[in-house]
Amino acid sequence: MVRGIVLPLAVATVLDGLTFGLLARTVGLGAGTAVGLSAFAFSGSAQFAAVGVIAAGGGVLAAVVPALLLNARSVPMGLSVAPALRGGRTRRLLEAQLVIDESWAASQVAPGRFDRRLLLAVGASQWFAWVGGTVFGIAGAGLVGDPHRFGLDAVVPALFLSLLAAQLTSHRARLAACGGAAITVALTPLVPPGIPVAAAVLATLIGWRR
Amino acid sequence: MTGAQQAALVIALAATTWGLRAIGPTIVGSRALPARLARMIALVAPALLAGLIAWQVFAHGERLVVDARTAGLGAAAVAVAARLPIPVVLIAAATATALVRLLSP
Repeated sequence: MVRGIVLPLAVATVLDGLTFGLLARTVGLGAGTAVGLSAFAFSGSAQFAAVGVIAAGGGVLAAVVPALLLNARSVPMGLSVAPALRGGRTRRLLEAQLVIDESWAASQVAPGRFDRRLLLAVGASQWFAWVGGTVFGIAGAGLVGDPHRFGLDAVVPALFLSLLAAQLTSHRARLAACGGAAITVALTPLVPPGIPVAAAVLATLIGWRR
Repeated sequence: MTGAQQAALVIALAATTWGLRAIGPTIVGSRALPARLARMIALVAPALLAGLIAWQVFAHGERLVVDARTAGLGAAAVAVAARLPIPVVLIAAATATALVRLLSP
């Protein structure tokens, strides 16, 4: 079941990276900067936010703060994945860099249990797709026009829905899912982007009591 | 932005994302977790996945919108309910969203 998701996810990410490369050039970032961001930050939401801030005339600090908020969800993701990572401290911290939305979601094989090899395989393929897409975008491969035309922005939420359906095995898990969605929707108009998703983890408090 | 500012941007953004991703494994390590924390961590996936779906489908900046992405999520929900394989679910979602965009003025 899982093998089949690597390719569609990679295609969606290549096109997303292409959009990022184009946008980064449009707001005046150098080719090296755009590729450097994709290779070392490896975070679509943070990079798009940074480009948006720069387009609006913001500086480095103004670009980093929203990125920090957007990626706050990396903390609960890292906590849940940590027991599956292997090796010494350095190795575990390096492996943790491949924990992104897609690899984290796709590698959860049972509630709270992660398949390390799948995590690394999806994470690594996503890295190549993201960096490769960025390079294509910079090279002016804007010939496909707006990638949204192909509905690719619906691919990742659809993957998450498939994975979520497999998670809803207990009453408590269903409650946590409803709570997480409700928190995110309720907070979206009220607080800066990124916070509503991170706040969804508050729904895990229903596991506080047995 | 000057070259130096762009270099600072790459370093700052990379350091931020690296730091956030390192927090979990640094805290948890390979020790066994207390039961309460383990129960809560088992619920991180459903809570966060549902939040991510809601955000990716209904958020537009700080506004809530219903647009072509909603059709994609609906198609995905039907495909998931019919127990179709994941690649079919993904293609159904992209096709529905693309069709709505094509047909809407």
